[in-house]
Amino acid sequence: MEPMILEYTVSADDFSGAGEASGDVKKTLKSLGFPPEVIRRVSVAMYEAEINMVIHARGGKITVEISPDEIRVCCEDVGPGIPDIDLAMQEGWSTASDKVRGLGFGAGMGLPNIKKYTDYLDIKTVVGQGTTLTMSVAV
Amino acid sequence: MTVNDVVKIPEFEIVWQEEDRQVTSVFTCDLLSICMAKAPEDSAWVTVMGNRNVIAVASLADVSCVIAAEGCSFDEEAVEAAKGKVTLLKSPLPVFETACLVHQGLV
Ligand SMILES: Nc1ncnc2c1ncn2[C@@H]1O[C@H](COP(=O)(O)OP(=O)(O)O)[C@@H](O)[C@H]1O
Ligand SMILES: [Mg+2]
Repeated sequence: MEPMILEYTVSADDFSGAGEASGDVKKTLKSLGFPPEVIRRVSVAMYEAEINMVIHARGGKITVEISPDEIRVCCEDVGPGIPDIDLAMQEGWSTASDKVRGLGFGAGMGLPNIKKYTDYLDIKTVVGQGTTLTMSVAV
Repeated sequence: MTVNDVVKIPEFEIVWQEEDRQVTSVFTCDLLSICMAKAPEDSAWVTVMGNRNVIAVASLADVSCVIAAEGCSFDEEAVEAAKGKVTLLKSPLPVFETACLVHQGLV
């Protein structure tokens, strides 16, 4: 069976709209009858990636591939890139501004959460060029 | 306990009401990443944040209702976003006391 493909554009600095793509994927997975635990893991991981694109990378593009046995999410941005991935993966480490923190973000838990909630995570990043984060959750 | 029982707690004020649903626990936190990952499904979430992002997290974490404690209010955008998604309440009490009031209904 061909996977179902969903595509989203995440706009830069759009704090109010952030979460719409994840919300839409959640709704779609629910209507397709995926197990709640799978839906929750995809939602949490994708929301964190979506927020990261907004607060750290001037927006980007998300592609979601839904297959019966796996949900794959690919987040592509042309932001500043991540200079030190090991550091970025550490819980609590964040370069978020005070403004962003005031909104409830910037806890430095995004990437660790994504790692925790997915079965596969790959981050390709080039400083000054952008970041592509690919993750998947097995059903 | 259901959301309809929570909205009847005299200290609370309804900001936006959705269809009734089960409330099985109470959760408090303001850092959205933690809420996102840790808020139990069907919980009443007590927070001091009232922006649009709270609604996105509430909806993704699938909580039953959000209660803005400490006299905090939801901004207009948040209330607009909550429509069709999640019940919103306000409480003049601190976070802990607000959560305790919900907890009393759960035990
Ligand atoms: N898409 C991205 N582009 C550039 N930098 C990023 C991106 N995603 C994450 N980062 C960097 O990694 C750090 C840690 O990310 P994360 O764990 O999500 O925490 P937070 O977003 O709360 O800062 C960020 O503070 C940022 O410096
Ligand atoms: Mg983040």
